[in-house]
Amino acid sequence: MITTVQGVALVAIFSLATLFTRALPFLAFPASRPTPHFVVYLGRVLPFAITAMIIVYCLKDTPILAAPHGLPELIAIVVVGAIFLLFKNSLVAIAGGTILYMVLVQVVFA
Amino acid sequence: MTTEEKKQKNLAAVRAAFPHTIPVLTGYVFMGMAFGILLGSKGFGPLWAFCMALFVFAGSGQFLAVGLMASGFHPLTALLLTLMVNARHVFYGIPLLERFKHFGRAKYYMIFALTDETFALLCSVKPPAGVSERRFNLAICALDHSYWITGCTLGGILGTALPINTAGIDFVMTALFVVIFLEQWRERQNRRPALIGLGISILCRVLFGPQWFILAAMAALVLVFGVFKRPLERGMQKG
Repeated sequence: MITTVQGVALVAIFSLATLFTRALPFLAFPASRPTPHFVVYLGRVLPFAITAMIIVYCLKDTPILAAPHGLPELIAIVVVGAIFLLFKNSLVAIAGGTILYMVLVQVVFA
Repeated sequence: MTTEEKKQKNLAAVRAAFPHTIPVLTGYVFMGMAFGILLGSKGFGPLWAFCMALFVFAGSGQFLAVGLMASGFHPLTALLLTLMVNARHVFYGIPLLERFKHFGRAKYYMIFALTDETFALLCSVKPPAGVSERRFNLAICALDHSYWITGCTLGGILGTALPINTAGIDFVMTALFVVIFLEQWRERQNRRPALIGLGISILCRVLFGPQWFILAAMAALVLVFGVFKRPLERGMQKG
């Protein structure tokens, strides 16, 4: 367990690093000058690729070769997608999928 | 303008913005509570959840931070991983460069508050007549921020008060991004970039392992998008 001072230092790092990523385009491309074409293009295509990358990031430590072979993750993701596509409700999909996953890892595949 | 007039205008802006922020209200309260409970399960009480919501204000970034805080004091790892997981934010400012130019000091708070959800709202809703764009956008940012602070703090209180087995609750982040992915998938023009992102990320995870794949994937994505700029741009125009 880290000390309070270390915790405060970590929170300061999280805060400043997050702010830096959000402020970077405003620092790099001042409004007085036109934004380079390639940057505008990347700004249009990257967000969709990044979403997929974050999903892989969330699942990066899932064991595929050992039991339970990522089955709880696969089942829960299919259920999240099914609820979202059927009921068009992101909150129910996220809450339902998360609760199902918790039951799967705590009870079914425990 | 007198202080009273300013107050009236700010109130009108909040009233106009509130209905647009209701989906974020539900999402943030639930996600925030999950975060607070998770943080509480690692021994950090509601005051920690409150401060992180106030000063960091990042969904996935804060979930990542829980693991980092629980694993000991490694400031460099904390810095690099936060930069990596938030790297997508670098692209959010680009469509807003022009608009924020006229926002004065409010601009600095709004850049701080540029989460995925707030960014999506700022890009999609317009202020009604009689409400300035600056006040309206500022109200959206402040409302979203207040929902997140409320959710995180509530979760922190619940997490330390109730004996909940939180194993698996971090799946909420996976679920959130699966939903965002499916929402983006509806637009045909987004599909090719999304599939490229998925393929490259899986490939990089297999090749470079869990620690380094994000940096490798980001470099590979810029490279691939650079090489296939022409066909991808044509695809986006056709829609």
